[in-house]
Amino acid sequence: MRQSNGYIILFTAIMTVIVGGLLSLTSQGLAPAQKKSIELDTKSSILSSVMDREVLGKMKPNEVLTRYNERITSLVVDINGNEITSDEKGGAIVAEEVNILKNYKRKPEERQYPVFKYMSAENPDQVEAYILPVYGAGLWDKIWGYVALDSELKTIVGVSFDHKAETPGLGARIGTPEIQQRYVGKEIYNQKGELVSVTMVKGEGNAGLDDHHVDGLSGATLTAKGVNAMLKNYLNAYQGYFKKLNSGATATL
Amino acid sequence: MSTETLEQKKQEEVVQKPSEALLSKRRKRLISDPLNEDNPITVQVLGICSALAVTVKMEPTLIMSIAVVFVIVFANLIISVLRNLIPNRVRIIVQLAVIATLVTLVSEVLKAYSYDMYKVLGAFVGLIITNCIVMGRLEAFAMGNKPYDSILDGLGSGFGYAWIILTVAFFRELFGSGSIFDFKLFEAVGITNFPTNGLMVDSIGAFMVLGVLIWVQRSKTGYVEH
Repeated sequence: MRQSNGYIILFTAIMTVIVGGLLSLTSQGLAPAQKKSIELDTKSSILSSVMDREVLGKMKPNEVLTRYNERITSLVVDINGNEITSDEKGGAIVAEEVNILKNYKRKPEERQYPVFKYMSAENPDQVEAYILPVYGAGLWDKIWGYVALDSELKTIVGVSFDHKAETPGLGARIGTPEIQQRYVGKEIYNQKGELVSVTMVKGEGNAGLDDHHVDGLSGATLTAKGVNAMLKNYLNAYQGYFKKLNSGATATL
Repeated sequence: MSTETLEQKKQEEVVQKPSEALLSKRRKRLISDPLNEDNPITVQVLGICSALAVTVKMEPTLIMSIAVVFVIVFANLIISVLRNLIPNRVRIIVQLAVIATLVTLVSEVLKAYSYDMYKVLGAFVGLIITNCIVMGRLEAFAMGNKPYDSILDGLGSGFGYAWIILTVAFFRELFGSGSIFDFKLFEAVGITNFPTNGLMVDSIGAFMVLGVLIWVQRSKTGYVEH
């Protein structure tokens, strides 16, 4: 009886229903907790590009969210720097919920570009830093992060990078504060005012690097190339917004 | 003396579950054999893929160990309970479905409550499904033994896997990153210029550490492959 086709079909059918039901129940049950984890993760990585990581690491989840609400105001712009508030279907766009991956797959002109403004603690109307999401491809899989520029939009005040599957100990080091610290104080424009971005050089332990280069990752040249391309692409894409800001046309934004 | 302590141990166990002689000699061997003489990694040489992949640092390795022990124990239990119901011709598929379900549960729980670890282990937790140790135990043991014995067998194999990958991770993190559980050991004792070894961070390092481990263990137990 245990070997008959009828029994096998019955057994597998029941098994499928039980297993499927169990999995969808857990998925539904854990969804709120997962959503909160992801939200917290996004907001802490945005904050980590402008805040001291040790301070941030010691903050409790609720403190992180409160700090985020107090200090960050966000908006979404298009490639020309115009603010967009609703999508094609008329739904509201929230900067925190813009899926950078989905936008990355579109043409640059059609993407939504979120901007997170880190406001000064003393004067809530004054922007201390502009935080921009960046996205690209590393050696094995996607890499992403946030770049914080000073209020004049010229100097990097901090970056936070993350990755999906770079080699641990090699390319994965882009996720460590040690590497990200190297970007602080670097300039993204040359003296003529052209965008040159900041490039990670090949090899590690290079001395005498100028304001547009940072020391590289030993054994992870391809990851570094990915980071360079990612920074250049996105800094370039935000030029429209920067120009508007600098000309004062969007002072109210 | 030794039998006395043995008796005491037995009694303690009996107090917890007063049904039968829960830790008979045979059952103790179910747990102790996979730890050393019949270790899934070093003797059976199974589960090498994940032993290479996750052992760069101690912390993810520990989470991975817990996940594998959980999956293997419960998969063993479930398959053992169902062993007289499972149709022989689709038994591998059933085993796979049970493992995959448990692994997905682990992955979902990690995502909800330990998102940082989920990010680190992401792909590897999913790969427990293909960990040959788990399926090997289901096919070789749980299909033909009672539930309680299967739990013990799962614990034995799980911990046998765990202690090996934790040992490998210990050496790899120590020499590859100069730290233990992300605690900068060498800096703490005053050696700031410790030259970390890039080889240890690569999978090659795991091969070498594992090879040395197998060598040491086999020269002790006298195990020879025929």
